[in-house]
Amino acid sequence: MTLQMHQVDARGLACPMPIVKTAQAIAGIGSGELLEVLATDPGSTKDFTAWSRTTGHELVEQSEDGGVFRFVLRKK
Amino acid sequence: MTIATRSIPMDLLREVFVNAIADGPSGEFAAAASVGAEPIAAAAPVLDEPTTTIATEPEPEAEERLPSKADELLIIFESGDLERTWATLILATSAAASGMKVSIFLTFWGFFPLIKPGAKIGDNWMQKMLAVMNRPGIDHLKLSRLNFMGMGPWMMKRLAKQYRVSQPGELLEIAQAMGVKLIPCQMTMDMFGLTRDDLIEGIEEPAGAATVLGMVADRVPAIFI
Repeated sequence: MTLQMHQVDARGLACPMPIVKTAQAIAGIGSGELLEVLATDPGSTKDFTAWSRTTGHELVEQSEDGGVFRFVLRKK
Repeated sequence: MTIATRSIPMDLLREVFVNAIADGPSGEFAAAASVGAEPIAAAAPVLDEPTTTIATEPEPEAEERLPSKADELLIIFESGDLERTWATLILATSAAASGMKVSIFLTFWGFFPLIKPGAKIGDNWMQKMLAVMNRPGIDHLKLSRLNFMGMGPWMMKRLAKQYRVSQPGELLEIAQAMGVKLIPCQMTMDMFGLTRDDLIEGIEEPAGAATVLGMVADRVPAIFI
């Protein structure tokens, strides 16, 4: 089964925009669907963990490659 | 005299440490607190509170949080300074993005960022003077320090652009679009000679301190900026 992966490109944006854009994007997708977020703000590692806990949208994957942070969230 | 001036920072320090332990399920905080606790206790033997027992309390799990209104946030915005307006809006938009219901209670200087450009404020010379001395509007805010007749804000905004930090004006628009409530303080409006027409669109009905305290009584976390 392949789920459609939605995307948010927040590269180059500073706090609070990666979170704001993610919240806007997740509002437009269905429950259980996945959202991939790319960010370059180093603070986003902590922010997305906290955001996932506050909102209940699961952070299923998290990685970093050459200064780009990648988060995959599953909408609750 | 010396005792009095010493005891104030001690109390403050203790409060900060105790709060840090009570607030955070973080090992770092607890470690910092227990390290810090010894010299404080030695210097001021009055504080014989067993800090270590607080530190060893079980860390609260996210699921075990009290049903306080942690899904709401109240910001009492009093300063109106550029950097504090910025911080307020960053917090407010982040909280709204985290699914929290956010209210910003505007009081004293906190009004000035939300006054319409070109609004003619005040009925008497004192109120008019206020608006002249403190040019209203989100694009005319001053830094609380290093303002240098506008040089500071100019540099701050340039830096923000360079680092792609959203400007206060953009953040205010985003905040309003995300449903952040802006509640004006009736008393300040009267005193400063402000009417609803002087303020930007989308502001709530004016309210007073009792409204703020009512939210606090309902355990809505409140921040004073």
